[in-house]
Amino acid sequence: MTNTDWPLWEVFVRSRRGLSHTHAGSLHAPDAELALRNARDLYTRRGEGVSIWVVPAAAITASSPDEKDPFFEPAADKPYRHPTFYEIPEGVKHL
Amino acid sequence: MATAAAHRTARTDADGARTAVGDTAEYERAFDAAVAADERIEPRDWMPDAYRATLVRQIAQHAHSEIIGMQPEANWITRAPSLRRKAILMAKVQDEAGHGLYLYSAAETLGTGRDELLDKLHSGRQKYSSIFNYPTLTWADVGAIGWLVDGAAITNQVPLCRCSYGPYARAMVRICKEESFHQRQGYELLLALSKGTEEQHAMAQDAVNRWWWPSLMMFGPPDDESQHSAQSMEWKIKRHSNDELRQRFVDICVPQAESLGLTLPDPDLRWNEERQQHDFGTIDWTEFWEVLKGNGPCNEQRITQRRNAHAEGAWVRDAAAAYAAKHTGETGAKQA
Amino acid sequence: MTATVPATAALALGDDALVLSHRLGEWAGHAPVLEEEVALANIALDLLGQARVLLSMAGDEDELAYLREERAFRNLQLVEQSNGDFAQTIARQLYFSTYQQLLYTELAGSDGPFAPLAAKAVKEVAYHRDHAELWTLRLGDGTETSRERMQRACEALWRFTGEMFQPVEGLDADWAGMEAQWLRSMTDVLGRATLAVPEGPRTGAWSAGAGRQGLHTEPFGRMLAEMQHLHRSHPGASW
Repeated sequence: MTNTDWPLWEVFVRSRRGLSHTHAGSLHAPDAELALRNARDLYTRRGEGVSIWVVPAAAITASSPDEKDPFFEPAADKPYRHPTFYEIPEGVKHL
Repeated sequence: MATAAAHRTARTDADGARTAVGDTAEYERAFDAAVAADERIEPRDWMPDAYRATLVRQIAQHAHSEIIGMQPEANWITRAPSLRRKAILMAKVQDEAGHGLYLYSAAETLGTGRDELLDKLHSGRQKYSSIFNYPTLTWADVGAIGWLVDGAAITNQVPLCRCSYGPYARAMVRICKEESFHQRQGYELLLALSKGTEEQHAMAQDAVNRWWWPSLMMFGPPDDESQHSAQSMEWKIKRHSNDELRQRFVDICVPQAESLGLTLPDPDLRWNEERQQHDFGTIDWTEFWEVLKGNGPCNEQRITQRRNAHAEGAWVRDAAAAYAAKHTGETGAKQA
Repeated sequence: MTATVPATAALALGDDALVLSHRLGEWAGHAPVLEEEVALANIALDLLGQARVLLSMAGDEDELAYLREERAFRNLQLVEQSNGDFAQTIARQLYFSTYQQLLYTELAGSDGPFAPLAAKAVKEVAYHRDHAELWTLRLGDGTETSRERMQRACEALWRFTGEMFQPVEGLDADWAGMEAQWLRSMTDVLGRATLAVPEGPRTGAWSAGAGRQGLHTEPFGRMLAEMQHLHRSHPGASW
């Protein structure tokens, strides 16, 4: 008996049209075709999806928690990016 | 936070972070603060080794329980007495395989692969819930498992949906949602038997007699003897003590048993007006420890079947891997 | 044409689905990899769903499933064959799901009483065939061992495949056309899987007939004994 560990795939499911794919979990499969089938059987047994992506887990590059501050904090002090930053006189519509 | 955890890099990052920066104390403060603030710990966050080890152990045991737990119920798929019941049972056993997969996938985010965990299960180095070392002798046992065993599991699991480790909590949310039908089908099955013929009623009562006490044992040893409880509570992996959950379960079951027209096999079971809870008899902890040690009626049978299925499937897994190696590149990731 | 349901046809199709579903259900807890536990159960559940609709067209589903004697079952001998190893299960799936897809596609396009069921089932069956094909390719073109096993399985079940195209009373279909398509499809899939198309006869030599006439193989009696035992032990009980 050999030990051929099937690689890990991350699964993303679009729950209905109009929504984006969301991470659902992961699974093992020897290749993309079976990964897609396995994802369908595992993550959409109750009609949870209309479309699936499978991505080799090894292919994902993620930001590191150590870089959290340089990555995300600079975005927190720019309130002028949000509509609530601006004062509009009462009664002005469609803005 | 990245939505998708790349598990492999998570492992090297976690290690890398510790050696590169070296200021463990600072990481530890951040971790403690996150737990205290009821935030979730995510795969690539720094975490104490013991927290990681505890989670791997607990999630693995939980996953193994789902997989081994398929066996006692699958035992009745081919004999289910109506097509409706057969469909329900097949769907339920299938869910258990699915839940095992969700959980192995959660454990994997901590850097321990499924193959390694399965090896540990097969070699007896990791456990599964002892309840599955009891046999399903009659059809009514399928109902008793649904009502009592799944009921106890749900009581245990609902608080885990708020567990401090994100992937585990998310897996549990999914599992709890799917499991809500498991308990109801068991209850409905027992109700049909209880209200059925005399033989059917007796079958249901017999099943409840055999499953009641082992179900109470599912909450683990009493609080003062529980090895891992205190630390797990502090880390918010666990939210309630074994005895608290056990009491909650008993209080839930008593009126349900009455509606079923079945008796719970405990002469000491009665309402305590003062505590506003039920008193119940003493659990036979000798049996619990013996079954845990391997001396239950089915320990050997369950693990042997699991090992055999795995060993007999090796050539299939090898074939698929060999095919993938030959054909890589022909089939890219597909979108739909 | 309104719905007088041809009972023979409903039983033939319903029994096929019921019996194969039961066989696939036997895999629970024994599959070669956890992902296949889920996949095989999905297929079994689809088939059981089809069986329940079809048997209900012919009578009471539970009476028909649990109280008929072996000789009253009208399923193909192919679907009652034991699971064997995973290769044998996949070969059985490939043969049957390809046939079922062809037949249900025809029925879905007809205006007969089976059209609504067939229209729904044809989508399920397409997935079953896809599953069987993917695995046929992997087992055939995987390792030496897997090719040997898959080839042996294809050979062993080949003699049960002729029966599929025996016309069924009440089903208006182009049986000869379906058979030709089925053979083309087998040549294609097995070829891509680097497997040889079996050369042996596609029917048994016994002139008494086969499953559609109520004549079954030895494993079937045991299967029914297990399936019906509990139900029959409690006459009149409801579950």
